[in-house]
Amino acid sequence: MATTADHFQAHSEEHGHHDHEHKPAFFARWFMSTNHKDIGTMYLIFAIIAGIVGGAFSGMMRVELAHPGIQYLDTFARWFGAVNPDFNTTLHTWNVLITAHGLIMVFFMVMPAMIGGFGNWFVPLMIGAPDMAFPRMNNISFWMTVAGFLSLMVSPFVPGGTGNGAGTGWTVYAPLSTSGSPGPAVDFGIFALHLAGAGSIMGAINFITTILNMRAPGMTIHKMPLFVWSMLVTAFLLLLSLPVLAAAITMLLTDRNFGTTFFDASGGGDPILYQHLFWFFGHPEVYIMILPGFGIISQIVSTFSKKPVFGYLGMAYAMVAIGVVGFIVWAHHMYATGLSVNTKMYFTAATMVIAVPTGIKIFSWIATMWGGSVEFKSPMVWALGFIFLFTVGGVTGVVLANGGVDDVMHDTYYVVAHFHYVLSLGAVTALFAGFYYWFPKMSGKMHSEFLAHVHFVIFFIGVNMIFFPMHFLGLQGMPRRYPDYAEAYEYWNHIATIGYMVMASSLVVWFVNIIYAYVAGKKAEDNYWGEGATTLEWTLPSPPPFHQFETLPVIGETAHH
Amino acid sequence: MAFGKISHGLGQTIGALGISAVAALTAVVPAFAQDAPAAPSAIATGAAQGAAMASGAGSYTPMKPVEGIGMPIDGAYGLQTQFSKTGEYGEWIHNIILMPIITAICVLVLILLAVIAVRFNRRRNPVASKTSHNTILEVVWTLVPVLILIGIAVPSIDLIAKQYKPAPEGALTIKVTGNQWFWTYGYPDNGDFEVISNMLNVPGAPTINNGVREVGSKPWDGPSHLEVDNRMVVPVGEPIRLQITAADVIHSFAVPSLWFKLDAVPGRINEKVLVVEKPGVYYGQCSELCGAKHGYMPIAVEALPRDKYNAWVLTHAGAEIDTGKKKPAAAAAVPAPAADASEAAPAADATAEAE
Repeated sequence: MATTADHFQAHSEEHGHHDHEHKPAFFARWFMSTNHKDIGTMYLIFAIIAGIVGGAFSGMMRVELAHPGIQYLDTFARWFGAVNPDFNTTLHTWNVLITAHGLIMVFFMVMPAMIGGFGNWFVPLMIGAPDMAFPRMNNISFWMTVAGFLSLMVSPFVPGGTGNGAGTGWTVYAPLSTSGSPGPAVDFGIFALHLAGAGSIMGAINFITTILNMRAPGMTIHKMPLFVWSMLVTAFLLLLSLPVLAAAITMLLTDRNFGTTFFDASGGGDPILYQHLFWFFGHPEVYIMILPGFGIISQIVSTFSKKPVFGYLGMAYAMVAIGVVGFIVWAHHMYATGLSVNTKMYFTAATMVIAVPTGIKIFSWIATMWGGSVEFKSPMVWALGFIFLFTVGGVTGVVLANGGVDDVMHDTYYVVAHFHYVLSLGAVTALFAGFYYWFPKMSGKMHSEFLAHVHFVIFFIGVNMIFFPMHFLGLQGMPRRYPDYAEAYEYWNHIATIGYMVMASSLVVWFVNIIYAYVAGKKAEDNYWGEGATTLEWTLPSPPPFHQFETLPVIGETAHH
Repeated sequence: MAFGKISHGLGQTIGALGISAVAALTAVVPAFAQDAPAAPSAIATGAAQGAAMASGAGSYTPMKPVEGIGMPIDGAYGLQTQFSKTGEYGEWIHNIILMPIITAICVLVLILLAVIAVRFNRRRNPVASKTSHNTILEVVWTLVPVLILIGIAVPSIDLIAKQYKPAPEGALTIKVTGNQWFWTYGYPDNGDFEVISNMLNVPGAPTINNGVREVGSKPWDGPSHLEVDNRMVVPVGEPIRLQITAADVIHSFAVPSLWFKLDAVPGRINEKVLVVEKPGVYYGQCSELCGAKHGYMPIAVEALPRDKYNAWVLTHAGAEIDTGKKKPAAAAAVPAPAADASEAAPAADATAEAE
């Protein structure tokens, strides 16, 4: 957005030599990769695989919740290696499902796809850099994430207390995760977080260095595309918050295995300390998941409105503000823990402040489209879906921000609805928007616009059917993390389960579309979205050469947002 | 651990719905109302306790809950009806302030998106404008949300202040303990007996609690998954100091229709006042993941008029009637267990300061 395609028409021709680029052989290319695009591709494939696993877990949860009573958990317990599970083991399997679903979707689906996938692919392309600053570190970041995922996948098959697997919730609260869960399952889960966390910290260092040092001549920080801005803010959030998580879960490990009592009151510790540490990481983490989505949506809205982003500086600094304020609101996850009155009042006020920069973003997207010549191509309809769904998730966040109102909402399905509206319907919708926006650029093949629209419509109906009724369940008091419920919660739960099937069927359309693109898709041009697409990646062929920008592009003085 | 339930089978009332049952039963209780004033002096001496008990051979028949009151309703899409002052205030904030605002915001965004789709599509508007700044507009959409949020914050902060108003001196104290996977309710002001509360088993489902009857086997049983064998009985209309802790892992004591939720944390005692405005049965469920049977440790609060509450109290071995005069002593005694269990950090700061 900081420049125009015309500027680099000449430039793209310099890359005519990509036929004789030196791609390494298969093993060296994919297992010892130092190429940001290859690593980005691997991250995306990894995220899709992890997403299928995490999505399958949520499907198992939804079929169980279709009716009151325990129907399928016994079978699932057997899948995880339980022989003739007793009732407690059966119920423990539920907790394993919710834990694994949360951890997989957060650490191994959304984050790898957003940051590892699109971040790796497009940050260097958008700032006119040949690669990331530390290509080898980039590689180890990826493989640590994979190792973390494997560790997490071992966890459900080893003992974790009342049954196989870690049944602690993704928050891993002590003392349920310490004295409450003997056996190695929780240790495997913690190890998974350590590995993924270390990988993400290295990734964050890589992005910060790349963005601060490797921008093409003339691309000042205030000319960077908003996607790059979003990655910069995200990387700082990762760098500052993940070490706190690492400390917290290390203390969990020593409490579990070496007799320390950081979180054990009988030894002078405090279980609430763990929650403070976890959420000091956990709240920035939710912005880590959504900020890159903001960046993707900004690019798409600008492209298909054929207008520069409205209020560029406001948009960039709104993300900075969200990042900064995101660090001082963590205890709104802990309103029910017995915080003092004044603490609760402070966190209520601070949390509501976040609505202001978020509102700036929503209104700026709308203003970008206003007066534009909007083309409803597939990425744009996904972006429109994102804006609306994120608004719904955002306003329920304002409701939940109220410490007094939280007394009835906390740990109910209202919270589940809220964070799935911003993550499952927000971040994931942004991921699909980004996928359709950049898939032809990455693969060189055009997907079917028709199938992409069908995918959107079915997905939109499905996710709303799953998650909108959850507001009602929450208002009626249904607690989270329950495998079984009173009959009075059946109606909306049943609808949510039907919604899951609708949503899942939309994913079939998506897979068909990917296959279609590779089998019958037209070859993608350099800039297949036309005049609205003005960032540097559109000056390159689709797919871009193995090494790009060997001669750095120069961003002209006249170029502006 | 002494607890028990003496059902005197006051047959004439059992079939009636909750509130009317209470009204009918009041006929039985004046006897206790008269006994009560005698109690404080009697309690002072251990010997007199027996006399108090003897005079008050307690009576209690669980109240039959009213359908849809204090419990969820299938297919409903709002909050449960509230039966406490904070609940009514919170419900007002949610229904009258928050819901209209957030609905209006969503509708506004939806309308703007619709206008864009109609007016600014490629066919209607082939040439895009190049406007990318409008300072006034940007200031407006920053300041207006700030004003709206201030408008929300004023009642919201007020609600928090009201929720955490410390219990008046002499308020009845009930100690709630979360266990894997049941609740225990201690009544230190009533002779320190303890009630163990287990979820009733569900017919046709695996046994959840051994030795506990099935739901529906008594005429006063509420919904399955929510009804328990021994409810937490409280006096209606007066502030009750709930002191909440846990024996093993973190649990959360939550009753949606009373706008009450407070975590039960091992090693800490969390304290908050509960005032139930109307006699009735109010159901809640554990609201912090606590292991395998997290979903099977519901809460049932039965609020009774003071005289009926006293009658219930006296059904327990070693029980005694608390009175206003006795209460200062009880209140003074309270910090002791609190201090010893929660050296780490006194959680209910406000209350601690007030006392």
